[in-house]
Amino acid sequence: MGAPIAMGSLELLAFSPPGWGGVLLRGLATSLAIAFGGYSVGLLIGIGGAFGKLYGGPVLRDLLACYTTIVRAIPELVLIVLLYYAGSDIVNQVLALFGSPPIDINGLVAGTVVIGFVQGAYSTEVLRGAIKAIAPGQIEAARSYGMGPGLLLRRIILPIMLPHAIPGLSNLWLIATKDTALLAVIGFMELTLATRQAGGATKAYFLFFCSAGILYLMVTLLSNVCIRRIERHAYRGMPDVG
Amino acid sequence: MTSWLKPHRIVLLLIAAGLIALAATSMRWYWLPNYYGLLLAGIWKTLLILVVTSFLGFLFAVPLGLVQVTGPKPLAMMSQGFCTIIRGTPLLLQLWLLYYGLGSLFPQIPQIRDSFLWPYLREAWPYAVLSLTLSFAGYEGEVMRGAFAGVPYGELEAARAYGMKPFTVLRRIWLPRAVQRALPTLNGEVVLQLKSTPLVATITVIDVYAVISKIRQDTYVIYEPLLLLSLIYLCLTGILVVIFRYFENRIPTLNA
Repeated sequence: MGAPIAMGSLELLAFSPPGWGGVLLRGLATSLAIAFGGYSVGLLIGIGGAFGKLYGGPVLRDLLACYTTIVRAIPELVLIVLLYYAGSDIVNQVLALFGSPPIDINGLVAGTVVIGFVQGAYSTEVLRGAIKAIAPGQIEAARSYGMGPGLLLRRIILPIMLPHAIPGLSNLWLIATKDTALLAVIGFMELTLATRQAGGATKAYFLFFCSAGILYLMVTLLSNVCIRRIERHAYRGMPDVG
Repeated sequence: MTSWLKPHRIVLLLIAAGLIALAATSMRWYWLPNYYGLLLAGIWKTLLILVVTSFLGFLFAVPLGLVQVTGPKPLAMMSQGFCTIIRGTPLLLQLWLLYYGLGSLFPQIPQIRDSFLWPYLREAWPYAVLSLTLSFAGYEGEVMRGAFAGVPYGELEAARAYGMKPFTVLRRIWLPRAVQRALPTLNGEVVLQLKSTPLVATITVIDVYAVISKIRQDTYVIYEPLLLLSLIYLCLTGILVVIFRYFENRIPTLNA
């Protein structure tokens, strides 16, 4: 049977150059870096967006509604391609206005910003729901103590909404790790593209795609362990519902 | 309608209309008539893939969910493992694993080369359909598990008390009630599936995304085709949401 030939020998996964293990792990590190960066950017956009949607003026609210609706209705792949080209083009045009020469946008930065922009729409919705789940009396009480908006956010809203937001946010983290694979389509060297190149060079496609799948799966399973720990911490002192 | 149309919204709508008019007049759309037919064919292919894979995936998801609720332990664990693997790895990787991985395995097996399936296995679309179907089944299987488990036990007991055989209980009571519970989630899953379809363009299936890529390569127009593509997907998502809302409204609920 052809299986052993196609599976290749495990030596192909060695870390040093004849093997491709090092390339895959570097790809994994890049993927995780982008996922983490994009997730953080998305979270910042989400916090701002949720507050804008709940407490902003009518114009801001409508604009944010357009942002979340449009971004969530268009495939991530299309958004990534569109934002990747448009984003670097806009930066270079702004630079040209100031008379600077065009620069090559670092793929890592571009990928992070693009993933963050997409994630921002989803986290806006998650955080808005979580903030709405806070009993209004708590926020009123804080206001009546004379807390400003910043202090109210830091001391009251963020800690109280966290347990409501954790399921949605952990889901988003898992989506972010998987969305980084889409950057392979625009030629960015993360785990999935590294895997395809390794497969293309050695013809051991099956071996490499399975190894990459195991790496992604490990990231997901490890994340699940961490998420459960965070949940236990956030739900401490709450009545047991599970 | 009047409560929705506030003054600031009218201003926003005017600005949006202005932007659209600006885009329509100042951007380059000369290629549109030349590729009109190809675009329609691409949209058709995207919809075909969406409907076929969602339907097949749903058929596969029903047993996946069912064995996790009532099935024997080994089957339940296998089904759970399948869902975990599908949901824990990127779809693009699964697609490439099937297309490049299986695609490189098959030619080495003479029995497959000689079989009547070979002409199909040399094309890209069977791998696209298989991969999207499995992906949909993995996500929807998890939903169906919850839906099956959520049907009140009394209803199943009542069905059994009427003398229904297990399969009749499933066909007449359990499955319809579970589908009814899963319908709102199903809407979200189908929209997610629509948003996954452009990935098949990476393995040379000509869907609407691939058509747009071809236009961009042929004409060197960068943004306009992508904007049109975004608009197409926006419309498709909107249509899906409207269709599902129609079906959801047809189900009688207590607090309607």
